[in-house]
Amino acid sequence: MKTASKQQYSEMVKQASPNSPVLKNCVFAFLFGGFICTIGQVLCQLYQNLGLELKDARAFVSVSLILISAVFTALGWYDNIAKVAGAGTLVPITGFANSMVSPAMEFKSEGFITGLGAKMFTVAGPVLVFGITASVVFGFIAFFFHLY
Amino acid sequence: MKRIGKNTLEFEMPPTILGHAAIGGKKEAEGPLGADYDQTFQDTTLNTESWEKAEAQLQKEAVALALEKSGFTAGQMDVIFAGDLLNQCISSTFGLLDFQIPFLGQYGACSTMAQTLLLSAVMVESGAAERAVAVTSSHFCSAERQFRTPLEYGAQRTPTAQWTATASGCAIVGKDGAVKIRRGLAGKIVDLGVKDAANMGAAMAPAAATSIYEFLEDTGTVPSDYDGIFTGDLGLVGTRLLFQTLGENGIDLKGVHNDCGLMIYDRETQDVHAGGSGCGCSASVLCGHLLKKMQRGKLRNILFCATGALMSPTSQQQGENIPGVCHILNLTVN
Repeated sequence: MKTASKQQYSEMVKQASPNSPVLKNCVFAFLFGGFICTIGQVLCQLYQNLGLELKDARAFVSVSLILISAVFTALGWYDNIAKVAGAGTLVPITGFANSMVSPAMEFKSEGFITGLGAKMFTVAGPVLVFGITASVVFGFIAFFFHLY
Repeated sequence: MKRIGKNTLEFEMPPTILGHAAIGGKKEAEGPLGADYDQTFQDTTLNTESWEKAEAQLQKEAVALALEKSGFTAGQMDVIFAGDLLNQCISSTFGLLDFQIPFLGQYGACSTMAQTLLLSAVMVESGAAERAVAVTSSHFCSAERQFRTPLEYGAQRTPTAQWTATASGCAIVGKDGAVKIRRGLAGKIVDLGVKDAANMGAAMAPAAATSIYEFLEDTGTVPSDYDGIFTGDLGLVGTRLLFQTLGENGIDLKGVHNDCGLMIYDRETQDVHAGGSGCGCSASVLCGHLLKKMQRGKLRNILFCATGALMSPTSQQQGENIPGVCHILNLTVN
């Protein structure tokens, strides 16, 4: 039997596979991401009107968005929105909340410590590790080179 | 039985299917083959507290129903070949515990139905067993959790991704049934370098092409000799690649081929992207749809070519290729 080489086959696979709708994905990501940021801005204004300082109001916005995503994840709505929104829900803080809550829900069946506790970080773990590492590195750079 | 050609087994006293059953979840019930399932569950937890238990329950229900339809009891079965996708095949272990049938666990990924049926046929024809059971299952939720991301995690699937069926299929093999297992072929492991777990059809298509080519050569038959050649589960992309690969070897499947992954769902309305997959996909299409059609005489001579992607979450993380395998059974009715 004539078989394609790995290289030839890889080309055949590329030809046979439908492409992701990149433009559509980008447009939806832009709209949903923008919408979430608008909600953030509205909340920020609202908290300030209630008498909070700008700095505190911003912290409250983060907390609120995290809470909303966690609740949406728990209700099973978040993944349905994200299916359309893509990076629009992934990039803002909502994506981070979802990446913590979804494994927590999923692995609860393996116990509260070794399941929920340990596996809660399976998706978000690398973001924390490299995020914190990067912040330390850049902190040193900023400190030693007196950038501020 | 005897070997014909290089790799094909021909059963001289063909073992037969004594009973069969297919169980499906909600999405499968809503699909084009929904009416062919013997039982479907709207609640995919099947009233259990974990997805793994739900899948074990699927297998248990499938075996119980297939036994009931065959008119035999678990005690009259000499051996059960079973497997699934979960680590160490726990759906089979926990689902089949209560039956107390001598158990031989199998792993063939999504090709498991053909693998277990082939072994059952060999056992029955050789006289090692009077009756044997072949069963497998898959569950969307337990598979997602093991191979991909948590269920509620918000991610986009690529157009080449396939949807793991929540389903189980079981067949009882013995003598004096209507549908005969005439020939079988155990496939080789084939790897053409595909690494993308979201494109399993592409990973398995070369294995399907290899096995089908060898089977046709060994038996001296051509695709038009069969009423249907059913691969499982190549989906849209794998099917295209199968046609292309066999086409280059002068074999045209047009008009006789269908793929279980394309039959089980409506790709337009059910949001399954390239089609269905999972052990339960080809198993339930065979045990629900195809065997029923054979019994009604609508199909008389078919090839069931179940394909499996032989990777694990670990091999995947370590960047290994996804090798495929495809086992073939030739089923006939008089």
